[in-house]
Amino acid sequence: MTLEIIKPGLATTIQDLGRPGYFHLGIPEGGAMDRLAFRAANLLVGNDEGAAGLEAVFMGPEIKFGAEMSVAVTGAEMPMFLDGEPRDTWTSFTVKPGQVLSFGFLKAGAHIYIAVSGGIDTPPALGSRSTYPIGALGGFEGRAIAAGDVIPVGVGSVVAEGRVVPDALRRRPGTPAVLRAVTGLYWHRLTEKSQKAFFDDDWVVAPEADRMGYRFRGGQPMEFVDRPQPFGAGSDPSNIVDGCYSYGSIQVPGGLEPIVLHRDAVSGGGYFTLGAVISADMDLIGQLQPNTPVKFKRVEMDEALAARAQRKAMIEDIRQSLA
Amino acid sequence: MKTRYSYGGDEHIYVEIDDEMSLDAFFIALSLSNMVREANIPGVTEILPANASFEVRFDPDVIAPDAMMAKIKEFEHRAEVQEKRLDTRIIEIPVYFQDPWTHETLMRFRERHQDPSGSDLEYAARINGYDTVEAFIEAFHSQPWFVSMVGFVAGLPFLYQLVDRDKQIEVPKYLRPRTDTPRHTVGIGGCFGCIYSVRGAGGYQMFGITPMTIFDPDQKVSYLKDFMVFFRPGDIVKWKPIGREEFDAITKEVEEGTYTPRIAEVEFDLDAFNNDMTGFNAKLMEALNDA
Repeated sequence: MTLEIIKPGLATTIQDLGRPGYFHLGIPEGGAMDRLAFRAANLLVGNDEGAAGLEAVFMGPEIKFGAEMSVAVTGAEMPMFLDGEPRDTWTSFTVKPGQVLSFGFLKAGAHIYIAVSGGIDTPPALGSRSTYPIGALGGFEGRAIAAGDVIPVGVGSVVAEGRVVPDALRRRPGTPAVLRAVTGLYWHRLTEKSQKAFFDDDWVVAPEADRMGYRFRGGQPMEFVDRPQPFGAGSDPSNIVDGCYSYGSIQVPGGLEPIVLHRDAVSGGGYFTLGAVISADMDLIGQLQPNTPVKFKRVEMDEALAARAQRKAMIEDIRQSLA
Repeated sequence: MKTRYSYGGDEHIYVEIDDEMSLDAFFIALSLSNMVREANIPGVTEILPANASFEVRFDPDVIAPDAMMAKIKEFEHRAEVQEKRLDTRIIEIPVYFQDPWTHETLMRFRERHQDPSGSDLEYAARINGYDTVEAFIEAFHSQPWFVSMVGFVAGLPFLYQLVDRDKQIEVPKYLRPRTDTPRHTVGIGGCFGCIYSVRGAGGYQMFGITPMTIFDPDQKVSYLKDFMVFFRPGDIVKWKPIGREEFDAITKEVEEGTYTPRIAEVEFDLDAFNNDMTGFNAKLMEALNDA
C-alpha cells in the first residue's frame, strides 16, 4: 500500500502526535500543528488518533493512491477533488487504486491534514514518524515530501463513506483571531505601559510563520524596565542568560515582533519571554495565515485550565459522533 | 541566589535560579532539576535543565499547576546546600580556526555585523582587549569549557569558559541573526560558546569549525551509535587547534567510522575549582593525556 506524490505542495510533511521527551536535547516534540483537526482526520478513517498522516500548508499536494483505502481531509478550508470530482473535507471517502487527489486554492485557515486508513508507515524515529527537517529526523527521509516519492501506508480497513465531523466540532479561529495567554516567565521585564499595550494592540500574522514559530507585527515597540544587564545575558535589554523556551511561549527579540513558538520550536535561547499562549489555543495558531488580524487576550490559570477541559471535551464529542 | 518561579502557560513551570550566569547557579539548577526527576512526580513529562534555570513540563490534567509548583519548591533548600560536584568527562574537540567555510559565511552576512570592515575574530579580539587574533584564539582554547546546556536545535551545546569572570570572553551576538551558519561552526555569543550541530540560522560570532559530528539522526557515526546526540550538560570540553590537513584527515575518519574522540573520565568539584582554577584545569586537561 502506497501513496505516490505527483505534486508535493509547498511544505508537506508527515506528522503524527509528536515525539515528546527529547526537547531537553534540543529535539522538539513536533507533530501536527492543529492537533484537533489531525485527530479528527484519523478518527474519520478509523485509525488510532496518533497514526501518521500528511500535513500540508497553504497549498495541497497531488497524490495518486496505490491501493483501495479510506481517506479524510480536515483542517483548513481548501476545495478538494478526486479524479477532478469535488469531495467534501471533514468527511470520509473511499479511493480506488490509481485515483488522484488534488486541491484548489486555500479559502480559509492554513494547514490541512490528510489521513489514510492504516496510516503512513515510514520508519519511526525516537518513537514518532513526525518530520523534523532541521535535524533530518523522522518523516520521509527526514524531509518534506517531493514529487516522485512513494510513501508506504500501513494495513488498515476501509470504513464507511460519508462519515462526517459535524460543523460545530470543527474549530476555527475567529476574526480577529483571539489567542489567550497567561503572563509570566520574564513578564516583569516590560514596563507597565508595554504590558498593557501587548494586550491592547492590534497584531497581524507576519510572513515569517512556520512550524517553528509564528511571528506577529503591527503592535507598538516594547519598553523594558531599566536594569544593568546581568552577566552572561548579552547587551540588548530583551536579552536574558540563555534559558529553556517552551511550546507556546512568546518571545519578543529587541522588543519588536512577538514570536509564539510552535511544535518545531527551538528549545532555548537568550530572548526574554513575556508569557505563553495557553495549550488549548495552540491548534488555532496552526490555522492562521499571514496578515490575519490577531488579538492576545490575557487570562488567568483557571481560565486556561477551563479552556483546556473544553477542548478535550470537544475531541471527546468528535469521538462520540464517529463511534 | 534569587530563585524565581513562574508558570509558562498551563503546561510548564520555569525556575530561574539566578538572572546572571555562574557555575553556582548552574549547579543549583542541575541539583534541583535532578531532585524533581528522582521524585518521579506523577504528571511530570519532561525536565529541561539550562544554564542558570530549568523548566518542568507537566500534564495539568494529572497534577494541578499550583500543586506542581509547590512540589518543586519543597526541594529548593536541599538543592542549595547540595555538594557542587559532578562525575563527568572531558572531551578534546578539534577546531580548525579561521577556516574558509565560516569565513565565506561571515563575509556573506557582513551587513548584519557590528563591524562590517573586519572578521568576527578580529572584532572579538579587539573588544576583549587582545592585540592579535592569535592571542585571542590562544585565550579561547587554552582553558577548558563547561557544557552548561544542550539545546536550541538538536544536540547543540552551550559552553561556559572555566576561567575567572574578569577573564571570560564576552561578545555580542550579530545585530541581526544570519539565515545560514555552516554545520559544526564553533562560535560565541554573550559569554557562551557553542557548536552548531546542524546547518541553519544563528547569531553567534563564528571563529572556526570542528570536523567532529555531534548530532547524527542516522546514528551511523561510530561514537553516536548508542544515541544520536553527543553532548550532555556537565561535559567538559578542551578545544584543540588543528590545521587544514588534520581537519581533512579527521573528517575522513568520522565518515569512515574510525574516529574515536579523546575522552577521559573526570570529577568536577566547584569548590576545588574556585580555590585554584589554573591548577584544577591543568589536572582536568592532564586526564586527556591518558585517553
